[in-house]
Amino acid sequence: MAEKILMKGNEAIAEAALRAGLKGYFGYPITPQNEITAYMSARMPELGRAFVQAESEVAAINMVYGAASTGERCMTTSSSPGIALMQEGISYMCGAEVPAVIVNITRGGPGLGNIGPSQCDYNQVTRGGGNGDYDLIVYAPHTLQEAVDLTYKSFEISEKYRNPVMILGDGALGQMAETVVLPDFKEKEKPDEGWELNGAKARSPRSAKSLRLAEGKLLEHNLHLEEKFKLISRNETEYSYEDGDYDVLIVAFGTAARVAKTSLKNLKEQGYSIGLFRPVTVHPFPYEELRKAASKSKKILVVEMNRGQMLFDVRLSVQNDEKIEFTGKPGGETFMPEEIENKILSCLK
Amino acid sequence: MTVAFKKPESLLDTKTIYCPGCGHGVIHRLVGETLDELDLREKTVGVAPVGCAVLLYDYINTDIVEAPHGRAPALATGIKRVRSDLNVFSYQGDGDLASIGMGEIMHAAGRGENITIIFVNNANYGMTGGQMAPTTLPDQITTTTPKGRNTSTDGFPFKMAELIANLDAPVFSARVKITDPKNINKAKKTIKYAFSLQKENKGFAFVEILSACPTNWGKTPSEAVKWVSDAMESYYPLGIFKDIWGEK
Amino acid sequence: MKKVNINADKCKGCGLCIDVCPKNILQFSNRFNEAGYNYVECIDDESCIVCKSCAIVCPDLVFTLNRPAKQGAVNG
Repeated sequence: MAEKILMKGNEAIAEAALRAGLKGYFGYPITPQNEITAYMSARMPELGRAFVQAESEVAAINMVYGAASTGERCMTTSSSPGIALMQEGISYMCGAEVPAVIVNITRGGPGLGNIGPSQCDYNQVTRGGGNGDYDLIVYAPHTLQEAVDLTYKSFEISEKYRNPVMILGDGALGQMAETVVLPDFKEKEKPDEGWELNGAKARSPRSAKSLRLAEGKLLEHNLHLEEKFKLISRNETEYSYEDGDYDVLIVAFGTAARVAKTSLKNLKEQGYSIGLFRPVTVHPFPYEELRKAASKSKKILVVEMNRGQMLFDVRLSVQNDEKIEFTGKPGGETFMPEEIENKILSCLK
Repeated sequence: MTVAFKKPESLLDTKTIYCPGCGHGVIHRLVGETLDELDLREKTVGVAPVGCAVLLYDYINTDIVEAPHGRAPALATGIKRVRSDLNVFSYQGDGDLASIGMGEIMHAAGRGENITIIFVNNANYGMTGGQMAPTTLPDQITTTTPKGRNTSTDGFPFKMAELIANLDAPVFSARVKITDPKNINKAKKTIKYAFSLQKENKGFAFVEILSACPTNWGKTPSEAVKWVSDAMESYYPLGIFKDIWGEK
Repeated sequence: MKKVNINADKCKGCGLCIDVCPKNILQFSNRFNEAGYNYVECIDDESCIVCKSCAIVCPDLVFTLNRPAKQGAVNG
């Protein structure tokens, strides 16, 4: 029987990464994810692995890029303004097809914002954020156990497609404590897959790069990345939804979904017909699956801790604006269940 | 007949895109010879800059990762920390290292990473067409200082080798030039020494190389090489500014 | 076998080798390679002392140099 232990979100995510065989952690302090950096500073050396407190988030993502190009499992973590600094590095890594894991414990924005939980980085992480056409695979856990499980598997997903993966959390997830079951320790199985920069011994030299100057080559590369993302979309799109014909179908991710679950439970007890469609991958977004689910429900209520970002993906998916309502909480604050309940009730009128 | 001079194994047999008389070709060769002589080629990962040497992977016969502009020392740090068995170097120009990358180089040096930095100083931004660099000399005309670098508005050049030498962690910092066979041979010895320090796990080594940029200086290759000695050297003295391990 | 072997295709006509040759046996040829550069030629292989100055200053690996065998050796 696996042991359940009480852990703070940030630390649980860190431990999950360690157990997945993390070899290099490079991070910079920023609230509300500082516990990760501190935890790593103790645990990584304990396990004989690399830890560097970088001089900036710019440096941190580039340390990840370099280290990960050798084929080792590497990670960085940050929060919104720090993630903004990492966008250049993320774009380069996607272009060079170097796998790694980035964790965003989202806080309020724009700019310095506040240190409260938010979902205002949805656009930043799913709509590029950095330059060029590229796709970050983005998971949005809503409980600590889910965060642990997704972090644990993110390295393999990242390596499978040679594409960076992001765990999109928020300050609430990072700071709360819940019981979790931690996975077993594992190491990356390291067959040389033909791209790692580990010294050109008995082979031609390799390069990791995103520059493609020769005529037609960048176009070719972009089309390749597009095909890759289509494959990722087919294979890795994840969502949580209990099929039904609802009067109101809530669409929410992460902590907003978690609060909405309470609202849903309360209203169901009162006899209302309410469902929840919860994307687990916000990128690739489950467009098809949401369209099907939405077609069976009377109203769609998008609930987000921002001014409306996933809202646009929902509109794209549902293709029926009259059906869609929205309630948002920007500014680094969470919903109370009553707020969502009231909005649901107003949708029913 | 015995072969007196040939291409090192660590250089690929490619025609470079560098301008006639550009110093990069010589410096690449010195790095290549060094990797051969220290038997490092097969365990080397180099980090390429953004600048004229962005296509480093077409010329150097080792694994190479392309860094975003200025970030090479951070990539090199990451590589060396997870694979300390590899020989890791960055190869950077003035803009890459001393402008946008100033934070990354100072902190990699400050941490004393066991890596080797090759810094090519040609007093301008070559690739983008000759703009002012942090290393541009006072009064030097560039495409962004059309009336000459004015120190009251554009500041003074950075002497990187001295700056690095003044940090506690680095074990070696030197400046050389590649204007003639004697100085090129000295530069080679310096570069080789810097790489040998990494091989012996002795710490962070930095080599600054004064190099000609005929095209952007508006000079012939011969004139440009002369300008390195006549104009650059008085601002950027040659020498070893730090050598903790003391050999040479 | 010549002492001075010039890969004309790689030469960019920078002239730095001409500046440093102590025997003055290098000069611009009157021919151009595919890249359009006026490449260098050696006009007196016999006089070359294999000081290697040309190869050392050349940025483009144009030169491959051979040293004659010591006196008494059969051929080389």
